Amino acid sequence: MNTVIAQLQRRFQDYIVSLYQQGFLDNQFSELRKLQDASSPDFVSEVVSLFFDDCAKLINNMSRSLERPENVDFKQVDSGVHQLKGSSSSVGAMRVKNVCISFKECCDVQNREGCLRCLQQVDYESKMLKTKLQDLFNVSFKALQNPTCSAARATNTPSWRYNSSGGYKLD
Amino acid sequence: MINSGSCSSLMEVDYDDDHSHEELHVLAVDDNLIDRKLVEKLLKISSCKVTTAENAIRALEYLDALTNNDLKVNLIITDYCMPGMTGFELLKKVKESSYLKEVPVVIMSSENIPTRVNKCLASGAQMFMQKPLKLSDVEKLINVIS
Repeated sequence: MNTVIAQLQRRFQDYIVSLYQQGFLDNQFSELRKLQDASSPDFVSEVVSLFFDDCAKLINNMSRSLERPENVDFKQVDSGVHQLKGSSSSVGAMRVKNVCISFKECCDVQNREGCLRCLQQVDYESKMLKTKLQDLFNVSFKALQNPTCSAARATNTPSWRYNSSGGYKLD
Repeated sequence: MINSGSCSSLMEVDYDDDHSHEELHVLAVDDNLIDRKLVEKLLKISSCKVTTAENAIRALEYLDALTNNDLKVNLIITDYCMPGMTGFELLKKVKESSYLKEVPVVIMSSENIPTRVNKCLASGAQMFMQKPLKLSDVEKLINVIS
């Protein structure tokens, strides 16, 4: 059984490393992992879930602000980009953060077309990351399921639901 | 929205001969929910009692409420860029108050602009911290403040 755990843990590690190598995550994500402890075993998945909820909300708001070409509220968009850049930076979502940098530049010069492209990209990158992290938490859950593993415990993180076919599903 | 939480008791018994220190009470102000959650966790791991506020006005209201009970926080850590009253304006308000001016105020910002940093330090900020915050940053900060 211990070899199975070791193998799963190895897979988990390898997967995380690949996410770093592909630029999905940066060092701040590992800083986040340092904060997970016995008193908050779901800290990372909680923060990450909050991040994706926040992302979706901000993207929605910015989309509305950019909707009508004759009446774009660039201040609103700028505020949204600022929030998104901050959050993505704080969780280590590197690709999302990098799009925000370009997004801000488009906002500064009131380039609506540019903003729309960035919005689409930010939406894509955040959804992509969500899928990648879902897989990651899937592997870690399986690794922890073994009763001999000291870290095994029932998780009931709000936004990540365990479904009967053995995977995690994001609400 | 303000909320307080503490991960350890205020009355810790120390069995060494070392003088046991009380928990520091920190007020963390940030309009970004994720950043609030992060700074709260960083501070709790560093053994602080944490109260968070989502803007400067709420922060001042909380500080006033404490003042009315002859209480104050040991540290205020605030984001610079916030809608409405900025972290810089909050810093100035705190330093203008005869009751609160001794409370150290730390400013956090994602942008490391020298004029901004200097402005804050010149107005009495204890420290300027670059976001995103890391555990080592906060541990260093708490050591300085304790």
